[in-house]
Amino acid sequence: MKIIVPVKRVLDYNLKVRVKGDGSGVDLANMKMSMNPFDEIAVEEAVRMKEGGGGHSPGSATEIIAVSIGPDQAQETLRTALAMGADRGILVKAEGEVEPLAVAKLLKAICDAEKPGLVILGKQAIDDDSSQTGQMLAALLDWPQATFASKIALNGAKANVTREVDGGLQTIAVDLPAIVTTDLRLNEPRYASLPNIMKAKKKPIDVKTPADLGVDVSPRLAVVKVADPPKRKGGVKVKTAAELVAGLKAAGVI
Amino acid sequence: MAVLVVAEHDNASVKDATNKVVAAAAAIGGDVDVLVAGSNAGGAAAAAAKIAGVRKVLHADGAPFAAQLAEALEALIVPLMANYDAVLFPASTTGKNAAPRVAAKLDVMQISGVSAIEAPDTFVRPIYAGNAMLTVKSKDAKKVLTVLPTAFKAAADTGSAQVEAVAAPAGPFKSAFVSDEIAALERPELTAAKRVVSGGRALGSSEEFHRVLEPLADKLGAAIGASRAAVDAGYAPNDFQVGQTGKMVAPELYVAIGISGAIQHLAGMKDSKVIVAINKDEEAPIFQIADFGLVGDYRVLVPQLLEELGKAGV
Repeated sequence: MKIIVPVKRVLDYNLKVRVKGDGSGVDLANMKMSMNPFDEIAVEEAVRMKEGGGGHSPGSATEIIAVSIGPDQAQETLRTALAMGADRGILVKAEGEVEPLAVAKLLKAICDAEKPGLVILGKQAIDDDSSQTGQMLAALLDWPQATFASKIALNGAKANVTREVDGGLQTIAVDLPAIVTTDLRLNEPRYASLPNIMKAKKKPIDVKTPADLGVDVSPRLAVVKVADPPKRKGGVKVKTAAELVAGLKAAGVI
Repeated sequence: MAVLVVAEHDNASVKDATNKVVAAAAAIGGDVDVLVAGSNAGGAAAAAAKIAGVRKVLHADGAPFAAQLAEALEALIVPLMANYDAVLFPASTTGKNAAPRVAAKLDVMQISGVSAIEAPDTFVRPIYAGNAMLTVKSKDAKKVLTVLPTAFKAAADTGSAQVEAVAAPAGPFKSAFVSDEIAALERPELTAAKRVVSGGRALGSSEEFHRVLEPLADKLGAAIGASRAAVDAGYAPNDFQVGQTGKMVAPELYVAIGISGAIQHLAGMKDSKVIVAINKDEEAPIFQIADFGLVGDYRVLVPQLLEELGKAGV
């Protein structure tokens, strides 16, 4: 079974987010960019399906294709996926913001050509926090979906997926091919070893454009502004539990 | 203009989030209808009919809706959208799961986690874990939104709308429910609770997490939450997680114990009315947003707090 893993290049999760002075967006100039953490979990799961591990038999995946949509530099994100164990990469070159709907259409075109048995995506990107791409791709392909996965058990023509839902866990069975999006507890992604990073440099990356795939990626949403969140007035310290309880009483919350 | 709200419910009744999303729909304007898709969900449909400002309730009943499977919801909602200009889902795991399927089928770019409505086509939403607020104007003819319930004031239960049955799609669907493990709730539900007591990594173990938080939660009638660090360390289950990748809460009182206040946690709770932080590190970022900060060892302070609450008659 072939597996496609889309990966997004985002502002590194350790960095402080700064809104640009002109309100046009978030300052990304000269900032460290990394693979979206949920996408790392997706790559890891696919690699375990190939190598065996995490409850998967070795060879469950035969080929892993990492796909990224973004500028030239998104090749670095693809190289990270290749160093973790993906076999080849596809870069769809696009400048600026590509909205989840357009990303889903690009991925659909790639799925139509590659015919994977499974697409594993992060449940959300930590930049726009949309949490849409996987579900949209599933709809466009008319495939079933299992979002927010904490466990995947491949089972012949189906996969049993345990999902993190409000209040607990839900397990569903999806017919393959299917879309799965990853939650935090699915696995702990590996760090790529130096030899694997070196090997990844030789793995192929195919470069395409949205036009090659016949997809219009022009945005549907116009950014009116990006602003700092409202500041919360806090910073008051009390010395004792008694003072705290008195304060809570005065505030009318107890 | 007509807006469809997809209800969050447990078949017997609707959840408070539904009232809040109805309030968001009212802010868009026009007629507001509520869709209850469930299994033996007559009770929930009747409850939805009582929400103020609702024109009518659409009630679809069928086995596939017992587990709220996205494929079934898509098949139900997409044809209904011929009659609506916008559809709003609560940003719950059910809403987040189904909404993008509907949006893609309608060829609409969804707007996720809306926290304010500026105009019928202009919406505000947090991005980067709440570190920035994005205002966008949609050029799509129809709008598909998920709404942060915590950002809206619930519509009252003073209405009396008609309930209209709609046919449930027959299927078969390519996904099927297998099982669930929903924790029995001895406490209020996290996202709906008026008070929340949350613990962080400083608590050090699962035993300590429960030993420290449960008596305080019992005293306050509060739900229990956790930081991502505490969840990652295995002290609490994932559905306790408050933050960017967990739940968004906005209770009247939020008590953070041993939580340093990572940005991704603050994103999930900073809209709480009153925030209390107990932490031994006086430099912890949580203190910058706390209305009441108490610096010190939680092992000493939490018992003292319990005692003082007792004295105050709580």
